[in-house]
Amino acid sequence: MVSPAENSSATQSPPGDIVHAMRDDGSLSAEHDPGLSTQQVVDLYRHMVRTRIIDERLVTLQRQGRIGFHIGSLGEEAAIIGSSFAMGEQDWIFPCYREFGGALMRGFKLQSFIDNMFGNANDAAKGRQMPDHYTCREARWGSISSPIGTQMTQAVGFAWAAKIQKKSLACLVYFGDGSTSSAEFHNAMNFAGVFKTPSVFFCRNNGWAISVPVERQTASDTFAEKGVAYGVPSVRVDGNDLFAVIAVTRAAVQRARDGGGPTLIEALTYRMGGHSTSDDPNRYRARDELEPWVERDPIERVRRHLQAKGAWSDDQEEALRTEVDGQFREAVANAEKTPPPSLASMFEDVYAEQPWHLKEQCQQLLSGARAPKAH
Amino acid sequence: MTQMNMVQAINDALRLEMARDDRVVVLGEDVGKVGGVFRVTAGLHDEFGDDRVIDTPLSEGGIIGTAVGMALYGLVPVPEIQFSDFIWPAYDQIVSELAKYRYRSGGEYPCNMVIRTPVGGGIRGGHYHSQHPEASFIHHAGLKVVCPSNPYDAKGLLLASIRDPDPVLFFEPKRVYRAAKGDVPEGDYTVDLTKATVSREGSDVTVIAFGAMLYEALDAAVKAEEQGVDVEVIDLRTLWPLDIDTVIESVKKTGRLVVVHEAPKSCGFGGEIVSLVCEKAFYHLEAAPIRVTGWDTPFPYTLEMEYLPLSHRILPAVIEAAKA
Ligand SMILES: Cc1ncc(C[n+]2csc(CCOP(=O)(O)OP(=O)(O)O)c2C)c(N)n1
Ligand SMILES: [Mg+2]
Repeated sequence: MVSPAENSSATQSPPGDIVHAMRDDGSLSAEHDPGLSTQQVVDLYRHMVRTRIIDERLVTLQRQGRIGFHIGSLGEEAAIIGSSFAMGEQDWIFPCYREFGGALMRGFKLQSFIDNMFGNANDAAKGRQMPDHYTCREARWGSISSPIGTQMTQAVGFAWAAKIQKKSLACLVYFGDGSTSSAEFHNAMNFAGVFKTPSVFFCRNNGWAISVPVERQTASDTFAEKGVAYGVPSVRVDGNDLFAVIAVTRAAVQRARDGGGPTLIEALTYRMGGHSTSDDPNRYRARDELEPWVERDPIERVRRHLQAKGAWSDDQEEALRTEVDGQFREAVANAEKTPPPSLASMFEDVYAEQPWHLKEQCQQLLSGARAPKAH
Repeated sequence: MTQMNMVQAINDALRLEMARDDRVVVLGEDVGKVGGVFRVTAGLHDEFGDDRVIDTPLSEGGIIGTAVGMALYGLVPVPEIQFSDFIWPAYDQIVSELAKYRYRSGGEYPCNMVIRTPVGGGIRGGHYHSQHPEASFIHHAGLKVVCPSNPYDAKGLLLASIRDPDPVLFFEPKRVYRAAKGDVPEGDYTVDLTKATVSREGSDVTVIAFGAMLYEALDAAVKAEEQGVDVEVIDLRTLWPLDIDTVIESVKKTGRLVVVHEAPKSCGFGGEIVSLVCEKAFYHLEAAPIRVTGWDTPFPYTLEMEYLPLSHRILPAVIEAAKA
């Protein structure tokens, strides 16, 4: 288990100390201050709050039976928003399944996200995938798969391709602590190391893989030190410190663009909620484990920072909540009015051109009786 | 006898066999403390401890590869793959190693193990929590493939599978994990892995089904009866090796065959069953066999009920076969 206490004590393994930028009083240490303007910090704060409000509302929709599932990012907002922010417009991100807040910040439309949550006819993935498995090429953001780890090697290949074509970009891949046990992680790290691909491996170490704690994923002291074996420089960062996350991710992106190859970032954070709406964490972890993390809530920390500077007021907070609530309600209303995808759409995109057997099967479906609605 | 659902029946079988045989170990993701994401292994960790009910790192290749090693040593591992959709990282270990060990070692290294995994759709799971991949395993010589439809069979078949000397893939139809309830004997019993069962006797059309789709076939049979068609429904229980005698006997009686499965049609298990019937009972057939299956597309999310071969699609196929 990662405890916040670890965050303040330096670990002397190869990746070195845990990078912090924020002090407890909300001020920034000069060494890791990413030098953001106050307006930038306010914007980032707004994205973090927006992410959390949307998360909460989606859980409610799931409980009401209006959507089938949600997998949220409660407690991981700084890690997600900070790292996505550090990526330039020309850069790409291969997501895991918990990072919708980053996608929204990079231009994924809230309406499109909510259409995916409902799997309706307007969903870019055409209602074919589960909620939170959206697709948004426009935001230079990959399409989401459930099988753990698959995006890691792909992200390396994507970065490698850009390198082969002498294009300057970095490609970041998100994954969890549990995912480091998959073969894909090891393949991805090895290839990235050998071919010095412009890759950023961003490990959200949130302490848990469903009910399995990090001690069951690795006997290493840290996930970051796995980089050493692959010749990939690595760093541990306080994942609940927005500024530190931005600083280390920016450095990794710079190294990638400069031809210095990949970096492994281990962001120490905590999954403050269940794994997903299907999970009850009280079955397997003590409630008091959460408390120290509540104190280090990544959103509260940025708010304290802004308030200390007089750059954020309770009125602004109130207005932000009202604004996001309104946008969310409108998107949900639209999504619920939108019909399901057409029956024929089920047979599209299997191949670029529809072969005879799919035409035949589509015809069979259309001319047959309709299925019962109930699940 | 106690009323149990399938989750409880499988749990009961595991508990019973672990108590009876200390070589049996359970391993997988989330199978320990939390008792599995579907609660199938609930309570086993408390009862048998960390050495026998093991939460593993997140790696299906790791789980199955090490389970093969345990089996070579002489344990009887019963690994769980959380969803059959996540079995593919272990496919190499299953088809290149597990399936071939006995053969390639001239019988020196048998692998006695059972891979349990939930299968099937109808739970709002999309592509990656819904597939029914039997054909991909039947195609590799050396694996037995089982898929119970009810709690009684689930317990008896699992006990038989664990005691079987060959590797078994035990597919659990998650759509009926809790929906299918029935009387289950408390103690030890097995269900023969070589025998299908006739779930409903009839004389006009043979419908072959298994797992969750059995109930759809039975529902279609009731509706067909209203139209004067008398349907025989066979529950295969063990998919491979197939109980060919029960199938052929039924087709000889009815002369008409409908095969139902959730997996896509092309190169699906239904194709094999139809071919076998054509080879062995061609002159008894009075109508072309019909497959009612999932479509040849990835498993969809919103339209999953239109993808699955439910009663509303089985019924017209049965009527068509009867009228031909
Ligand atoms: C190959 C594969 N095996 C199992 C699963 C089921 N599963 C989904 S998420 C998860 C845990 C992932 O943990 P981690 O990588 O730490 O990411 P987190 O959910 O904590 O963000 C598991 C076991 C899966 N999706 N894919
Ligand atoms: Mg995790």
